[in-house]
Amino acid sequence: MPNEHRIEVGGLVEPDRVHRRCYVDEDVFDLEMERIFHTTWIYVGHETQVPKPGDYWTTIIGRQRMILVRGKEQGVHVLFNRCPHRGSLLCNERHGNVGDGFRCTYHAWQFNLDGTLRSIPMSEGAYENTRFAPDDPQFHMTPAPRMESYRGFVFASLAESGPDLRTWLGGSIQAFDDMCDRAPDGEVEIVPNCFRIIQKSNWKIFLENQLDALHPSVTHESTGRAASEVQKDIENRTGKAPPLSYHMLSAFTTPFEVWDTLETVGHPYGHCMLQGYMGLRPTDPDNLEYEKRMRESYGEKRAEEILSVNIHHVLVYPSLSVQSPLQQLRAVRPLAPDRTLTEIWHFRLKGAPEPIYRRALDYYYLVNSPSTMINADDLVNFRKCQDGLQLDAGDWVSFHRNAGHDSVKDGVVTSVTGMSEAPMRNMFKAWDEYMRNGA
Amino acid sequence: MSPSSEKTNGGAATLGQFETLRAVEQFLYRQADILDDRKWDDWLGLFTEDGHYWMPVSDDQTVADGVPNIFYEDLDLMRVRAKRVTHPHAWSQQPGHRTSHVVSNVVIDEEQPETGDVVVRSKFHVVEYWNDGLRHFAGRYRHELTNTPDGYRIRVQRVDLINADGPFDYVIQTWV
Repeated sequence: MPNEHRIEVGGLVEPDRVHRRCYVDEDVFDLEMERIFHTTWIYVGHETQVPKPGDYWTTIIGRQRMILVRGKEQGVHVLFNRCPHRGSLLCNERHGNVGDGFRCTYHAWQFNLDGTLRSIPMSEGAYENTRFAPDDPQFHMTPAPRMESYRGFVFASLAESGPDLRTWLGGSIQAFDDMCDRAPDGEVEIVPNCFRIIQKSNWKIFLENQLDALHPSVTHESTGRAASEVQKDIENRTGKAPPLSYHMLSAFTTPFEVWDTLETVGHPYGHCMLQGYMGLRPTDPDNLEYEKRMRESYGEKRAEEILSVNIHHVLVYPSLSVQSPLQQLRAVRPLAPDRTLTEIWHFRLKGAPEPIYRRALDYYYLVNSPSTMINADDLVNFRKCQDGLQLDAGDWVSFHRNAGHDSVKDGVVTSVTGMSEAPMRNMFKAWDEYMRNGA
Repeated sequence: MSPSSEKTNGGAATLGQFETLRAVEQFLYRQADILDDRKWDDWLGLFTEDGHYWMPVSDDQTVADGVPNIFYEDLDLMRVRAKRVTHPHAWSQQPGHRTSHVVSNVVIDEEQPETGDVVVRSKFHVVEYWNDGLRHFAGRYRHELTNTPDGYRIRVQRVDLINADGPFDYVIQTWV
């Protein structure tokens, strides 16, 4: 990474406000890639995405194109998508199966599933008295320096050293525990479909919005009201309770006063949690059957503990937003200061009845698909912020709401109100540390 | 799918088939107008009570129910979308988007002689203007049409985008 654009990042973040350059400046973005995305743990994928040896999915970590591949034995590998010969990409499709190894389509160098060099065509004698050496790592595919997974969720870090994954996740580990514990079998399985949506805005605006309890009833009023009307029509017409999916939309009409009672929690490294508001324990036969299965698996007490966890979103800063009770996950891939790719997945709770999967699927459709009526209005807000932040009419973005009134204990910040801008302050505190320190 | 030409002698269609084709084409063109004119009540009226609008995530997808889709809406969900897009606080409709639909390459795949119900495929090209930008959507329609005394009604409209599995720059706010 070139150093000539090195900029002074001190002073961009204050406890209650941040400079607009954090969102619009290309040099700041370059430094974010180098000091945040190329150092910390970034979400790569889920182990069930690649069930068979040779199965792979490609993705990006910062500016690096990576491959998640299932190895020959147990386990997965995270490799740079690059042939060490001439530098060609090795996998040109988003996902597939490479059989028992990678083969470059340019000169047929071949590699094992762990990235080690297997063969070069007609190589006998070809490299005699050259500096090529078959055991030199530079002639193998390069693995991510560090890779760890937790309950099937695979993370990689491009830095050789740093805190281990569990230490780094800290309190945000609840995202994966809450999602997996809700499965009677204690595991989730990914549904092999990834929606990709490009936001014309800075990656941080999306993460801030995920924890922003002031925006939903403003931004999503039109959808919330429309769904409420149809929900009532269905009830009047059929005399039955409308599907839960209508509630997922009409819940956006929840008034300010209720949003303000929610709790938000900020953890070290910028991870955050927003408490749930939808109440996902209806007493319909499907849910009762599911809760019965949970009690059979875990026992009365533990099942009740799991089912009463009430989370809306957990952010695993900076690459992931997890909605554990509905088994949704949005991975954040910044492309430019004003361009962000989100990769959106959902999961099936192993051992849960089919109707419970349908809840996850309905939410995946209504909120996360490319036809979503919800994000349609979010993405426009993000873009308007990105455009407005270019204006020379003020350099600061305000995060003053309830500033100085958060309760802090052992580095964990609990907000005094649901609409407090504590999560944004917590994310920028971590951002500032990463940007100043490097790792 | 068996193209209707296979059922004819040497590709020569009968007069009745021409009339059906003509009626179907007119129906598809009217549907395109309704979308471009943003007449959402008329749009909902094109569907049977149990009708569905379906945009799969890939062209080899064979079922809609219980799997991820880009669109899969019954009339009630379509009503939500229509109410939402016309709500004065639908912020992303300020400005609203405009579209131009061109439908072509219309082929009748199946025709039920007793009922007059048909299965039709066609190609579409949609240009959308919104927020100073143009976007293109292209692909294939497959309409399952029920023949009623008031004309055709849609039982299923399948929409296969050529970029169904690609990244979407922003989202799709109304039906393509």
